[in-house]
Amino acid sequence: MPDKTDVWQGTLALMVLKTIEAMGPLHGYGIARRIEQTSGNQLSLNYGTLYPSLLKLEQEGSISSEWGVSENNRKAKFYKLTRAGRKQLEKETRNWEQTTAILARFLTGSEGSV
Amino acid sequence: MKRLRAWAWRLAGLFSKGRRERELANELNGHLEMHIDDNLRAGMTPEQARREALLKLGGLEQAKEAYRERGTVPFLDNLTQDLRFAARQVAKNPGFSLTAILVLALGLGASLATFALVDAALIKPLPYQDPNRLVSVDESSGMFPRSNLSYLDYLDWKRFNKVFQSLEVYTATGYMFGAPSSPVPVRGTRVSDGFFRTLGIVPILGRDFYAGEDLPGKPNTVILSYGAWQKYFGERKDVIGKTILLSEAPYTVIGVLPREFQFAPRGNAAVWVPLHASGHCESQRSCHNLYGIARLKDGVTIPAALAEMKSIAAQLEKQYPSSNRGQGASVIRLSEAITGDIRLILLMLLGGAGLLLVIATVNVASLLLVRSESRKREMAVRSALGGSKLRLLGQFAIEGAVLAMGGCFAGIFLAYWALQALPRLVPPEMLTTMPFLSDAGFTWRVCAFAAALSILAAALFSITPSLRVSLQAIREGLAEGSRGSAGTTWRRLGANLVVVELAVAVVLLAGAGLLGKSLYRLLNVDLGFQPDHLATLYVDMPATRYAKADKQIALGREVIQRVSNLPGVRSVALTSLLPAYYNSNTDWIRFVGRPYSGKHNEVNQRDVSSGYFATIGANLLRGRFFTDAEDQSKHKVVVINKALAAKYFPGQNPVGQKIGGITLAPDSIKEIIGVVDDIREGSLDSDIWPAVYYPFNQSPDSGFSLVVRTKQSPESMLVTVRAAIRKIDPGLGIAEEATMAQRIHDSPSAYLHRSAAWIVSAFAALALLLSIVGLYGVVAYSAGQRTREIGVRMALGAQRGAVYRLILREAARLAAIGICIGLFGAVFAASLMTRLLFGVRSWDVPTLIGVAIVLGIASVAASYVPARRAASINPIEALRSE
Repeated sequence: MPDKTDVWQGTLALMVLKTIEAMGPLHGYGIARRIEQTSGNQLSLNYGTLYPSLLKLEQEGSISSEWGVSENNRKAKFYKLTRAGRKQLEKETRNWEQTTAILARFLTGSEGSV
Repeated sequence: MKRLRAWAWRLAGLFSKGRRERELANELNGHLEMHIDDNLRAGMTPEQARREALLKLGGLEQAKEAYRERGTVPFLDNLTQDLRFAARQVAKNPGFSLTAILVLALGLGASLATFALVDAALIKPLPYQDPNRLVSVDESSGMFPRSNLSYLDYLDWKRFNKVFQSLEVYTATGYMFGAPSSPVPVRGTRVSDGFFRTLGIVPILGRDFYAGEDLPGKPNTVILSYGAWQKYFGERKDVIGKTILLSEAPYTVIGVLPREFQFAPRGNAAVWVPLHASGHCESQRSCHNLYGIARLKDGVTIPAALAEMKSIAAQLEKQYPSSNRGQGASVIRLSEAITGDIRLILLMLLGGAGLLLVIATVNVASLLLVRSESRKREMAVRSALGGSKLRLLGQFAIEGAVLAMGGCFAGIFLAYWALQALPRLVPPEMLTTMPFLSDAGFTWRVCAFAAALSILAAALFSITPSLRVSLQAIREGLAEGSRGSAGTTWRRLGANLVVVELAVAVVLLAGAGLLGKSLYRLLNVDLGFQPDHLATLYVDMPATRYAKADKQIALGREVIQRVSNLPGVRSVALTSLLPAYYNSNTDWIRFVGRPYSGKHNEVNQRDVSSGYFATIGANLLRGRFFTDAEDQSKHKVVVINKALAAKYFPGQNPVGQKIGGITLAPDSIKEIIGVVDDIREGSLDSDIWPAVYYPFNQSPDSGFSLVVRTKQSPESMLVTVRAAIRKIDPGLGIAEEATMAQRIHDSPSAYLHRSAAWIVSAFAALALLLSIVGLYGVVAYSAGQRTREIGVRMALGAQRGAVYRLILREAARLAAIGICIGLFGAVFAASLMTRLLFGVRSWDVPTLIGVAIVLGIASVAASYVPARRAASINPIEALRSE
């Protein structure tokens, strides 16, 4: 089995938001599976940690929840993005892109430019 | 903003915990089912599917816990949980909790009540305007550090000083108030014109005395106390301008004092009249009858004022050598003058109460320690289940704080109750001179003190058991029967606490013993007369009709004759001042035929009737007593006491010698006809002074105390004696009716010593009880801890006696250390209160030994019970139980 990477601190919320944006209203299990799939099974996600994260996002008003029924008739809580959540996602995405760009510049090496 | 919203949500979450828990459970359930469905579809067996799903979800409980923490504010949530748990713990062990709360309440209540008294008496400013600038101004002389002013000296002091805004005087007096047929005795105060202005007191009705209204010859005016206005005039406003009779002389009412006005030295005076200096005494520089009060000028300190008054006194001394020789000056804070001896006793009480509080808190702290020990395993289990150390400590802290708060509230209630009850326990006569007894209450200082003590107690009780928890690795507690080093550490801490308790108990017990012994000595002091079967009262003659000496002498004779004819009366006599009262009313004497340095020979002077010595049961040592015939027509005679004879006639026979006044004026020369054994004229705890006794018939006055020796109980005779005197002249004032035994019992010195002894004894009894309970607790606990050890010893053949010794030795060691430390503390504490001791040294060996024995026996008794329990251990059971 190939080594899987743990979820980095602070990135889970972004992944959740992005997943919900892409998939529309979704339950916790669905979100967890989707994150794993999207990562190409590279990420090892402890499904349990997802729920406090969801609660936090809900408390902050980025997502809202509603009870519903899953595709194979299981009772589940569905999360969907709020307007504030959409803004939040845009902002975090920008932040992330900036961060990775900076890091990339470091890692590709820029010895001569000083 | 986002944060705020999240916090609001979380706070709200505190109240919807149950619903959220259920929702999460449902959500996780749905999650698992969906995952299992997927796994089954992927071809796993049902068990595999379930296992994989659970694994992937990660510890279900951890997930829930993380979710919970996110859902509310964990700290607050824990706090409410802990509080609920603590309350349950307190309620579950009512015996333990009640003991702890009660012990703490006693200590705290005693401290608070005493502090309230100290606050009212010593800290609270006097109820006058700018009271810090008020001073008591007096003369001083050889035997009195503070003595009365003479009127002429007062006038000079007032004229010459530049340090006082105003210098005023007052003096006590008494009147018969109302119609001559049925007058009532009232207390009065004669004051100089600016007395009330100096205090900053304004009458609520009418006016104050105007300047100069106190001079001789001005019309008689009177200001009523609020109480007198209420009692005699029903608070009628038209009382102003009315004329009232005081000892048959008319006075115009000009004012009424405020209800809250108090002046402790003359607390119960009903009428306040201008001084109107008059009479023999106030025309003589050598006769001192006034008390001075003054308001310092701005910027003048007390030492500066004292220096100035001393230099004025020195000036007068030079100018009037015969009357003012040795007369200095004294200036002290008015508050200090009013508090007097009370300061010492109150501070001692505060010390005692403080010690009691120490014992009480130590006791509760060690109780908590014992309990935390018995909950060791509980803590270990909770910690193993994931309880963080901080959380466990918090639990203890909150339990301690809950107990402390309970104790504090009970203590505050107790103190409040004690302060309410106190004024009812004290004779009303005393209350007026000690207004702080009824004034004591919960001022902001007392409240602050209470809050500080409560917080301190809560902190102490929170920290103590936490100490216990952190002293050992908690997990150790899980190991069966583990007896690690932590056990001994705690045992040593508990033992130290007990030593402290025992030592403090010794201090309090020794204090109580010394004070009790002082009281006993005081009440059994040699009086020089027989105080039983003596009825006494004071007779005051209206000045208008009894101004002349022959009238006064005639009345004296008449009273003696009428009263001695009453059935049940053995003999009757009169005196200017009753014995066992005060060393005062002194005279300065000179000896005829001896050189005189001008130094005052100050002696107590009493004017007594011929039957006086026989009536009170004094012993004649030499010569003879007076006869009734020795009046102003005969040459003057005097009886002296043994102390005077010893001081001025050592080794000589004084009978036949002559004494006189400071100028040896011919009419002051008296022949000594007898020597009487010392009669205690002063208070019980003061020294015997030289004394002279003049015949009342040669030195009469407008008032006298009557002494009646009765056959039956003297109380029953007071009424008939009073009626007999009334029959002679209904206008006579009759006051202070009491038996001699009562007077001695209620005298200020006896009262002071008795209350000190009682209160400290109560503190000591509580201290003894608490420290013994503490010792019992520690020994019982330690014996319980050693059950297995004892079982092993006994299995190996140890006798029961050896087990007894084992336990008792430990208790004896603690008790011995505690008692030894305590004895040193006791001697030190007693040396601080020597002024409250009478006839006993601070290191009174019998008392100290007695205390050591009492505590020693009590300690053995306290440790006997656990020792017995330990010795009756069944070794087999002891070993099996572990």
